[in-house]
Amino acid sequence: MGGANRSPFVTGWMWAGFAFLYIPILSLVIFSFNSNKLVTVWAGFSTKWYVALMQNRQILDAAWLSLKVGLANATIAVILGTLVALCLARFGPFRGRALLSGLATAPLVMPEVITGLSLLLLFVAMEQALGWPAGRGVLTIIIAHATFSMAYVAVVVQSRLTGMDPSIEEAAMDLGAKPAKVFFVITLPIIAPALVSGWLLAFTLSLDDLVIASFVSGPGASTLPMVIYSKVRLGLSPEINALATLLVVIVALGVITAGILMAHQERVRQRDIQLAIAGNK
Amino acid sequence: MTEGKHPEAPVSEPWKDPHATPYIRIQNVTKKFGDFTAVNNVSLNIYQQELFCLLGGSGCGKSTLLRMLAGFEEPDGGQLFIDGQDMAGIPPYQRPVNMMFQSYALFPHMTVQDNVAFGLKQDNTPKSELWERVKAMLEMVKLGSFASRKPHQLSGGQRQRVALARSLIKQPKLLLLDEPLGALDKKLRESTQFELMNIQEKLGVTFVVVTHDQEEAMTLSTRIGVMNAGQIVQVGTPTEIYEFPTSRFVADFIGSVNMFQGRIVDEDNDYVRISSDEAGCTIFINHGVAAPPSAALAVALRPEKIVISREAPADTTENCTHGVVEGIAYMGDVSVYNVRLHTGKLAKVTQPNLVRHADTINWDDHVYLHWHAASGIVLTV
Repeated sequence: MGGANRSPFVTGWMWAGFAFLYIPILSLVIFSFNSNKLVTVWAGFSTKWYVALMQNRQILDAAWLSLKVGLANATIAVILGTLVALCLARFGPFRGRALLSGLATAPLVMPEVITGLSLLLLFVAMEQALGWPAGRGVLTIIIAHATFSMAYVAVVVQSRLTGMDPSIEEAAMDLGAKPAKVFFVITLPIIAPALVSGWLLAFTLSLDDLVIASFVSGPGASTLPMVIYSKVRLGLSPEINALATLLVVIVALGVITAGILMAHQERVRQRDIQLAIAGNK
Repeated sequence: MTEGKHPEAPVSEPWKDPHATPYIRIQNVTKKFGDFTAVNNVSLNIYQQELFCLLGGSGCGKSTLLRMLAGFEEPDGGQLFIDGQDMAGIPPYQRPVNMMFQSYALFPHMTVQDNVAFGLKQDNTPKSELWERVKAMLEMVKLGSFASRKPHQLSGGQRQRVALARSLIKQPKLLLLDEPLGALDKKLRESTQFELMNIQEKLGVTFVVVTHDQEEAMTLSTRIGVMNAGQIVQVGTPTEIYEFPTSRFVADFIGSVNMFQGRIVDEDNDYVRISSDEAGCTIFINHGVAAPPSAALAVALRPEKIVISREAPADTTENCTHGVVEGIAYMGDVSVYNVRLHTGKLAKVTQPNLVRHADTINWDDHVYLHWHAASGIVLTV
């Protein structure tokens, strides 16, 4: 990398950048081990807030609910988003294509407040007219999350489909596979990486969402961000620091695992290229 | 060129036999994309065991025609018969046709043997027979030791052979090849060309090849169909296309050519004299021409059929002009001379370099160009 003879000025700025990004998170981690009930005053090391967190039914229930909502939402969003992406990428020009494309991607640019409010109005109106969904709760949060995370999945999957050589599907059909089989045996495995990243994106969006969930949630269905936000409004609790630290650890582990896997894949790919060159005689 | 290798095989020029049944019958086929007519009223017969090349520049409709044979596009007008069966409304997966794609279109997530086996799996071929056939096919394309590799672990030439094996595994009666050698380097192309011809003879498959490369078309095919702007402008054997082009387009497209504008001054059943201001001489051609007298026409002269010399030939009255050498390109086996004729027109002449230390023609030399009475091609369209 040639880092040895880089000027101290550049190195200095690099560390300043790291500090700007990570000091807030670091201070949060440090204060999660603070024994003092006052969050900002250090009084010695303690893990008691982690113990308290594990006994806090409200937070644990909210975390469990957020996980369930995230899982359901991501799965629904991937199915619907893939269908939209297929329509846009494979069906050629059809009437209403521009409308579908616009509607599918609208949630990307729509302010969350508006998405939340409009969905709330819809759910209330539907309950009055159809009697479904009865009240607001987990189901309405899942529906609301799926509508907007579907848009992200559609964008990710569509770009993968557009980047895929269409003659691969034609070749499968040419060899005797019917369209449905072509989709499941050829297209799906090839776009699988996009489906996985779309799923993770949808899951993260759902786990992270506060605004829309606040609009469409009902009594007894509070997601984790909603609980944290309401707790912070009543004053900072060190328990939240402990919870946030746990989340940071989980995310960091995920990122490190992904990094190792990708580095491994890159090594395999490089070896394959060498192999191909060696075979090219 | 196939009959030369197999003297025992019947003379294979079925297109000359009026009673022969064509394997592919294309009748007045038209295909439009919006306002653009990709294929315009094309009619063509292709016979069994032919290696037919569709040759043309990009956008001439050759690929669209091929895709209609495969079933990926439906004609807007006209009919398409394969083996006597009307192909209208028959989807690609039910046609007795396989295709080798320009991009090879290998399934990236499957190994080489799974790629090749795919076609047979769709027919529910029994397991033991299936793998036996896949193995034999991989041996034939010399990829036996690469069976469990993935496509990205192969070089370009190996991928191309996998694509070929995959399209041949179902033993189709008709194989369509879209620019089969396009992505290969020159050495590999040449060896693959001959490999393709061998396979075609061995398996007796009818090949329809799309290409923009005239050299590829010349070496591979039994017949060539030259396409331009959605239409077939000439169909013939490589020799016919090269030596007897019927239009300025074909003469110009295949190989290089000197085109001299002129008009008929004297003609009879067995000769014609054309006066050309561009050539700066009278061109005598030793066969008759079906053109109205004094019609404006062009005489095409291939660069290798013109003789270049510093000394004037014996007869300078006809088929002889002169000029100054403006450029020489030495290609090893031949040299290409650009000669500025005394009329101002630039002529191209190629001469084989027969002698190693020849007293060669140089820049700015004054030279005579002359040619045989059979060399000129008269073109009226």
